[in-house]
Amino acid sequence: MATFILTESPLVAADAVYRQVVNAGDHWSHLIKAGQTLRILDLEGNQAADTLFYDAHDTNNRYSASDTIRHQGALYLTTGTKLISTEGDVLLTIVADTCGRHDTLGGACSRESNTMRYAHEKESMHACRDSFIRGAQECGCGHDFGKRDITCNINFFMNVPVTPEGGLTFADGVSAPGRYVELRAERDVLALISNCPQLNNPCNGWNPTPVEVLIWD
Amino acid sequence: MFQSGPIFTRTLDHAGLWSGVISRGKTLRLTDLQGGANVGVLLYNADLTVERYNMPDTLKGQHTYQLTHPHCLHSDMGRLLASITADTAGWHDTACGCSDAAQVAAKYGKKSYQSGHNEFHRNGRECFLIELAKWGLGKRDLVPNLNLFSKVTADEAGVLTFVPGNSPAGAYVDLRLEMNTLVVLNTCQHPLDPDPVYHPRPVKLEVFPAQPVALTDTCINSRPENLRAAENTAAYHALRD
Repeated sequence: MATFILTESPLVAADAVYRQVVNAGDHWSHLIKAGQTLRILDLEGNQAADTLFYDAHDTNNRYSASDTIRHQGALYLTTGTKLISTEGDVLLTIVADTCGRHDTLGGACSRESNTMRYAHEKESMHACRDSFIRGAQECGCGHDFGKRDITCNINFFMNVPVTPEGGLTFADGVSAPGRYVELRAERDVLALISNCPQLNNPCNGWNPTPVEVLIWD
Repeated sequence: MFQSGPIFTRTLDHAGLWSGVISRGKTLRLTDLQGGANVGVLLYNADLTVERYNMPDTLKGQHTYQLTHPHCLHSDMGRLLASITADTAGWHDTACGCSDAAQVAAKYGKKSYQSGHNEFHRNGRECFLIELAKWGLGKRDLVPNLNLFSKVTADEAGVLTFVPGNSPAGAYVDLRLEMNTLVVLNTCQHPLDPDPVYHPRPVKLEVFPAQPVALTDTCINSRPENLRAAENTAAYHALRD
């Protein structure tokens, strides 16, 4: 078992300029200005906060899983990780993390992929990519902002270990109630969260729960 | 395996780039002619390009971090774009993306057309964008790509290691297209290839005519997820045909 590096934040919730609970299955979008810090707080533990980031002034320039993985030469995200865009820019830096590992390989569930992964009759179940589409449509980025813009996302608080032999597993969660990740925006970014409603695997203990987002100046 | 020869053959030298629509059932064979090649590949449903190759669904659906026969390549709509029906290299990367201009300049130096003519230094990202533009696609359509022939392992902490020598001369991989597919590719070196010399290796492309797909097909039956995705693909075709 790899040793996780845990880093606590000096920020206190009372000083936050913005607080919002995002219930399980809901989507949330917000502008994070350069220099502001975003905290995503796992209120009840092992919830997957599926998250996308875009350059607020050019949404074609967006979080890139492969650029981020390649830039840091490693698969998992934790304190010190820079989130790299498709244009090679640093969008945000993870500056605190009391969970220790976050996934950027596993992507978001969708109604369509649920039929592939679990069973055809799961198609009716609520899933993250539909939430992302609703978030994209409501975020004010224009009527054309939608499915083409929903790319491979980060799963905060999710643990998807890769073996040296090339296997991929869905391990028990490594998060717990009250754990959080904090990101400093290196430019103005649009954040889009789908708080995962997945009921078919143990990524959130078959019990999706709320997360809270906090922002500091 | 094939009852007749290829209907299309092309060799890509240096940092070659290519795109084309290959209809369902046909097989694209890519051959690493000298060993050590890398082929960056993106796949789109040719009839509706908003459906495209999806790295997470491909990996999650098959509980794997690397790709080889009998894996399938999944779209973001619960369907199959292609199946890896043969593979003599054994490991293909799909997590590390492609090189960009800054990285290539930092690693290999700049070589312009003025100084290098057609051996000037290209990068994977610009090659993808050039070919995507010819089909009405662009930056919004760039997603994590395949890196055929390249092996990158991860240790317990997730730290990546590029493994040289994964693909010997003559190694080939066969992709059977499961729907009409826009294939966009380039032969730029893998972005983590530690070789300090810029020399993308030549790759031969061949397309073979469609063959009947048996119900016992090893790729589609290799996992229940692949079978359900194939059923979704069949339903899609049934509504369109």
